[in-house]
Amino acid sequence: MSILVVLVEHADGAVKRASLEALGAGRSASDDVVAVLVGGGAREAAAGALGATRAICLGGDATSPDSTATAIAAVVKETGAKAFLASATSTGRDLAPRVAALVSSTILSDCTAFDADGDGFTVKRPWLAGKLIATLKSNGPVCCATLRRNAFPVAEGAGPGEIADGAEIDSGKVVLTALTEKERGKLDVSEASVIVSGGRGLKESEHFILVEDLAAAFGNAAVGASRAVVDAGWRPHSEQVGQTGKTVAPQLYVAIGISGAIQHLAGMKTSKVIVAINKDADAPIFKVADYGIVGDAFEVVPKLTEEIKRIKAQG
Amino acid sequence: MNIVALIKRVPTTDLVAKVGGDGKHLDTAGVQYGVSFYDKIAVEEAVKVKEQLGGEVTILTIGPAAASKDVRECIAMGADKGVILTDDAWADRDALSTATTLKAKLDEIGADVVLCGRVATDRDNAAVGPLLAGLLGWACVTDVVELELGATDGKARREADTGVEEYSFPLPAVITCQKDLNEPRKAGLKGIMAAKKKPLEEVPAPAAENQVEVVGLELPPARQEGRIVGEGADAIPALIEALQNEAKVL
Repeated sequence: MSILVVLVEHADGAVKRASLEALGAGRSASDDVVAVLVGGGAREAAAGALGATRAICLGGDATSPDSTATAIAAVVKETGAKAFLASATSTGRDLAPRVAALVSSTILSDCTAFDADGDGFTVKRPWLAGKLIATLKSNGPVCCATLRRNAFPVAEGAGPGEIADGAEIDSGKVVLTALTEKERGKLDVSEASVIVSGGRGLKESEHFILVEDLAAAFGNAAVGASRAVVDAGWRPHSEQVGQTGKTVAPQLYVAIGISGAIQHLAGMKTSKVIVAINKDADAPIFKVADYGIVGDAFEVVPKLTEEIKRIKAQG
Repeated sequence: MNIVALIKRVPTTDLVAKVGGDGKHLDTAGVQYGVSFYDKIAVEEAVKVKEQLGGEVTILTIGPAAASKDVRECIAMGADKGVILTDDAWADRDALSTATTLKAKLDEIGADVVLCGRVATDRDNAAVGPLLAGLLGWACVTDVVELELGATDGKARREADTGVEEYSFPLPAVITCQKDLNEPRKAGLKGIMAAKKKPLEEVPAPAAENQVEVVGLELPPARQEGRIVGEGADAIPALIEALQNEAKVL
């Protein structure tokens, strides 16, 4: 069976959940999965690369994306891998195409399925922010793909049987000079299992506190936004869900005061469960919602927040 | 400074997508096209760099002859010339084939900085910029929200999942543009008139060598019809009940 290399991201000595999903996808397509870890702490985290047959830790500080990609590409070449996977995190999306270029292969981004198919691999990935789903086969030398978060089960079982040190990553052209970290614990819409999103129906930017409070009540929720309120400057673009924002598929998506423009629906309609709260009973959002409440957000949301808090407190 | 902005002609985002008769292509009947959303941000940034450092902005695209409308629209924002590598099957090119074709043209015309959107809103691949940088062996920063260029190097801030990363890099470089980078200007009448007289080169693109084969294309599974659980705050108990016992997400 073909060898498959997975870029495994880690923090604080542990493998990130997104990379466990990539390992899970890799393992279901190959019996020989090589985990590649880069940067400080790689050695400590490597044992947590579940599903990998072996792990290779590349030394150096990995603060240069181009030289990091060069070092990863060297591993892909040395192992003779037929596929290279990374999670579609900001790091994965940045590094994977460069690795692909260095192994003369194209890249398939943000895949929602990845399967071995004879000697090759097939993937599914959304086009037009999810208005269409394409099934694609890669006939390149290496099938390089990034995988959408929350779309694959996490790897389980044993860690790598062998952990080896690989090459040192050289200093590259592009150098990371500073990192301003987001508030700890603030989830991004692309990783959260619950998203509470607000739209123009909230009328004023200050009223987004209703959305934030409900998200906080869930505990594991991210705040999302429609394009209208991002364009109005109420919310940062990083929270925007839809065709010119992020495409998401959480377990639960709560849309508050969002009418449901086609660009927004494309970005969220593969969510497992959708709840819509909107004053307008004819709003298109109700067409994709599993459960709708027709009503005023200012009346409904605070009471819903209290109820969610009560349930969460009961455990 | 020799500045190149890459653009792509894509269906407008209000598209209601349908699968074509062969089951592998978008049904293009009645589809409206325009410049991909993030590419406009790249063009705006290119013009800003020119205004600050001097030089020339070239708009470069692979597309059908009809893309001349899109290129002219971008020239009208303040660019100097355009190049269309013509290919009626431009939408079927995979990212590597696109990047390889663009690289060949860039080898010919040269560039100090190449700007493009962080992703094209048709195939959503976010790949051509970094692939191109990989092929050229240039520096690259993706998803840039703030850019500062000098004559030989630059600094960029990039939106990452965990926060904002700041990079320094030498030129030449490829920069992919995120929404917060700028607000693209609307071309004025003067710019639109001037754009009609600016050089626009059309040369056939070499045949695509695609690695990606489309096996099938489908609409996402239709959602089961939902229901309105009620009106106002009185509906909350019914909603909670449904989320706990029916959907089991609470």
